[in-house]
Amino acid sequence: MDKRREFKIAFLLAAIFAGFYFLPVGQARFDGSVTEALELTKWYAREHVILCLLPAFWIAGAIGAFVSQTSVMRYLGPKANKLVAYGVASVSGTILAVCSCTVLPLFAGIYRMGAGLGPATAFLYSGPAINALAIILTARILGMPLGLGRAIGAILFSVIIGLIMAFLFRREEQNKHANAVAMPEDNDGRPLRVTAAFFATMLGILIFANWGGGDSGSGFFGAVYSIKWHLTAGFAVLFGIELWRWYAIHPARILIVAALTATAALTLPTVPSVPFLVGTLGLVWLTAGRSDEAGDWFDQSWTFAKQILPLLFAGVLVAGLLLGRPGHEGLIPSEWINSAVGGNTIGANLFASVAGAFMYFATLTEIPILQGLIGNGMGSGPALALLLAGPALSLPNMLVINSVMGPRKTTVYVILVIIMATLSGWGFGALFT
Amino acid sequence: MKDIKVLGTGCKKCQMLAETAEQAAKEMAIEYSLEKVTDLNAIMSYGVMFTPALVIDGEVKVAGKVPSIEAIQKLLA
Repeated sequence: MDKRREFKIAFLLAAIFAGFYFLPVGQARFDGSVTEALELTKWYAREHVILCLLPAFWIAGAIGAFVSQTSVMRYLGPKANKLVAYGVASVSGTILAVCSCTVLPLFAGIYRMGAGLGPATAFLYSGPAINALAIILTARILGMPLGLGRAIGAILFSVIIGLIMAFLFRREEQNKHANAVAMPEDNDGRPLRVTAAFFATMLGILIFANWGGGDSGSGFFGAVYSIKWHLTAGFAVLFGIELWRWYAIHPARILIVAALTATAALTLPTVPSVPFLVGTLGLVWLTAGRSDEAGDWFDQSWTFAKQILPLLFAGVLVAGLLLGRPGHEGLIPSEWINSAVGGNTIGANLFASVAGAFMYFATLTEIPILQGLIGNGMGSGPALALLLAGPALSLPNMLVINSVMGPRKTTVYVILVIIMATLSGWGFGALFT
Repeated sequence: MKDIKVLGTGCKKCQMLAETAEQAAKEMAIEYSLEKVTDLNAIMSYGVMFTPALVIDGEVKVAGKVPSIEAIQKLLA
């Protein structure tokens, strides 16, 4: 018998037993928090999964399957124009960092074999913040200003951090290994306008299906809101045609899915989630199991869904338990949050940046956690600071970065991230209160 | 004897690739050794930026995706 293994099991059993033995059931705060956790998770399940998360997974999957990542890396290679390299590094996270686990190898690759320290750190800072899923979910749950602030702040300050890093360590930029980089083979040359039009169609569906503004809204936003489902349906028709023309999916099968979706929409006009779900399942039926690009697209999307959904829902449960829904309290008292990160002082922004830099957020869980913090009185400035420093850094990834570029550069990088996140949060908080 | 290495920092896709590669080799009933390379610097020494990657007999065969069992078996043959 393996003694260490048995001890581990015994310890685990004892811990679970002790947990239940001392479980504070019946105390108002604890019971309230459990309710909050369940309510928050229910709200996510109802409001965000079908109309927002599912299409977002398809879009992320399409980025992985249809966008040539090799062509992007060409601008980050050792011979790349430096100016171009900074620009590309700061925005390419949108398509390169669809999965958080790809950020570190790409960072190390750009640093060692590509454009060098500056662009590599620029990519490392902006990548996790501007991947497609993160932007969509931030804008949807935390609101447009924070979503845009996050994207723009990440891009802008990543270039600044990269330039400062490159300047500080300009003498140490070592000779590049003349390593041949192993690249995934390129897609067959689908014209760029085709790919662009396909993504625009998917974004159209996502944006109009999620168009907010309420029934009382007037003017442009209200007008769009009143016909949002017609617009969504229009984009869906276009989407079907594109699937047939560009991705060689049999038109008869597409028509079957379209007919089912339309039937669902006409019989249940007040529950738009149902036709949307029918359409999504139809897309699964059209793409799953094929051995061509469309099949690859499904595989990638399904991988994202498998990877992210369990983590996100665990994150939502924990966030609900600790912080409650907006306007309600969880386990952590609101005053604590208010005194640490309320308002928009430099101190609050700095605290949020430092906490975010060391804390580990599993993919996208920063969003429900921030939602809880904001509901408990966190200012919008510190919220942005946490959004910028949080996913970019964590204790575990500091260790990896350290093994790639050494303790001196890592320390400087961490300090720069904290300073930049603090400043952008402070500026944002002053603009939007 | 095929020397199979799976490069990846330990994310889900890397585990998937290791499992698929192992299954592919077992089905072919060939002699093989499978090793997971998780150290980032070791991964870089292969010139790989897109993980997971599959290395057979010291040569990078696949980078950035998880191929099907059949595709891996073609590479092993």
